[in-house]
Amino acid sequence: MSDGLSPPLGAARDAASVLYLDGVSVVFDGFRALNNLSLIVGAGELRAIIGPNGAGKTTMMDVITGKTRPTEGVVRFRDHDLTRLDEATIANLGIGRKFQKPTMFDALTVFENLELALKAPRGPVACLRWALSGEARRRIEAVMEEVGLTARSRDRAAILSHGQRQWLEIGMLLMQDPELLLVDEPVAGMTDQETEHTAALLVRIAGRRSVVVVEHDLEFVRALGSKVTVLCEGSMLSEGSIDHVQNDPRVIEVYLGR
Amino acid sequence: MSATLASPPPAGSGRLTLRLLMLGAVLLLAVLPALNRLPADSALHVSDFIVSVSGKWITYAILALAIDLAWGYAGILSLGHGAFFTLGGYAIGMHLMRLIGPRGVYGHPVLPDFMVFLGYKELPWYWLGFDHFPFALLMAMAVPGLLAAVVGYLAFRSRITGVYFSIITQAMTYALMLAFFRNDMGFGGNNGFTDFKELLGMPLNTPTARSALFYASLALLVLSYALCSRITQSKLGRVLVAIRDAESRVRFLGYDVTRHKLFVFVLSAVLAGLAGALYVPQVGIINPGEFSPGNSIEAVIWVAVGGRGTLVGALLGAFSVNALKTWLTTVAPDLWLFALGGLFVAVTLFLPRGLIGLVSKVAK
Ligand SMILES: Nc1ncnc2c1ncn2[C@@H]1O[C@H](COP(=O)(O)OP(=O)(O)O)[C@@H](O)[C@H]1O
Ligand SMILES: [Mg+2]
Repeated sequence: MSDGLSPPLGAARDAASVLYLDGVSVVFDGFRALNNLSLIVGAGELRAIIGPNGAGKTTMMDVITGKTRPTEGVVRFRDHDLTRLDEATIANLGIGRKFQKPTMFDALTVFENLELALKAPRGPVACLRWALSGEARRRIEAVMEEVGLTARSRDRAAILSHGQRQWLEIGMLLMQDPELLLVDEPVAGMTDQETEHTAALLVRIAGRRSVVVVEHDLEFVRALGSKVTVLCEGSMLSEGSIDHVQNDPRVIEVYLGR
Repeated sequence: MSATLASPPPAGSGRLTLRLLMLGAVLLLAVLPALNRLPADSALHVSDFIVSVSGKWITYAILALAIDLAWGYAGILSLGHGAFFTLGGYAIGMHLMRLIGPRGVYGHPVLPDFMVFLGYKELPWYWLGFDHFPFALLMAMAVPGLLAAVVGYLAFRSRITGVYFSIITQAMTYALMLAFFRNDMGFGGNNGFTDFKELLGMPLNTPTARSALFYASLALLVLSYALCSRITQSKLGRVLVAIRDAESRVRFLGYDVTRHKLFVFVLSAVLAGLAGALYVPQVGIINPGEFSPGNSIEAVIWVAVGGRGTLVGALLGAFSVNALKTWLTTVAPDLWLFALGGLFVAVTLFLPRGLIGLVSKVAK
């Protein structure tokens, strides 16, 4: 996995691949935010995506989660064609997302935000009849512990700091217990120690789950120790280990040329 | 009015105080019909006017609750709830018309007067069944519910939100008003229905009927409040608040937002329909003017004045604004619309959380 060569696309679509993008383009008013992008993420794989601002990293997540329809290309999750499904259906297939700008429900408490994210029947009647079981409470408390928000359980999300909002959204992602986690710039606004903690957390989750992490912070990406994909101008520029891509002349040019 | 202005439910002792106050208010209302039976020279005597006006306001309060459930919690600002209310009223009105039977001016055994006058030979098919009270009551819920389901489905599925949705609901009630004004619709046109005689064997306009309708309204109010608080305190209530504040984010958690919005909108319309069904026998008349877009806007203003997203605020708003209206329309009838507009502007600018926000501020 560290030679930097991606396998030929056709061959790689085996049972082990969870996420499969092929020839994906997104055009906004003539501007190509994604340009013929192909990407494969295997089961249990941890993948880091880096690239300059505007490279299309967030747009790629939008395409996977049904927020944006690709202008062309194939987007599959296991056997599902994601280009035909809406956001809620995609989420229920087992794809969870943490947004670049942490987004949660400000009028609700930390606990309630996590409770809404907790994997459970989602229909109106099921929600009306929902009673918090001891098991569910323990899961929520465990996640609060994990993301360091136990003391803020009863505080409304509106009064959290930026870093705590990042943590809350990571917590919500954990509650969903998805098969594929898309994590957009999780450590922005975190201290070094928190960044380390996040890296360790993501590494731990991967293996059981597939995780795609977008991040600028190269130290953080190094700590993940995963395969790295470099995006630039909507296309893949390079792929391989962090050392491989950092020494790739094209990557150096993009990063230093800016 | 930004969504984040809505207040969280008052906590702890505030909540208890509120409950006690509400219990007191309900008990106070509950004794009104009894006080009405006292001899007129008794100090505690309550006039017929007070009883019938309070009965009417209770139905308004149910309408306000319905609006608050959709608007205050789920962020669905319907400016057409007057239509659901009026449709419920028409359904019961049709029943009341059928019960007149041969006692009409023309003495026709089946056809209501206006149909005889317009030369109808027989009852239109959609009037069948309305001679049975349970059927009429069912229709008072089903017709508003179905209309809300269709309008809501089309709008929510296409992700029409905010002011665009409000405009659609205004158009809906306006279109219904125009339709019901037409004589060939078979709903009495301009004049609507009136001259009702009886309901469930009780002659209307008697103290017995008045207090029965009053207590029925009060019971529906208490039940509606219980239902709405059950919803808003459940996880569904929190999903609705989440939809109100960040609709798209809720989708990424796997909630089918269209279904949740539809659920609450239809339920809200059914409650409004039931309120209308209790309103019409108490006021003794229903006509297409009740569909006028202004009525729906006025009902939303009750909720805004009382404080949305609290349920209690909706009740407070419905009673206080209507008390003001009743008083003002006797002393200076021309001023009412200006007062209503001014009140809305003032609340928006100075009391974003409404009267209930003011009360809880003062309580602190
Ligand atoms: N909805 C949109 N409409 C128009 N342009 C967009 C839209 N979303 C993203 N873009 C553009 O697409 C490019 C890629 O954006 P983005 O995916 O957010 O980049 P990254 O996350 O890599 O920083 C940017 O130039 C951005 O301005
Ligand atoms: Mg981005």
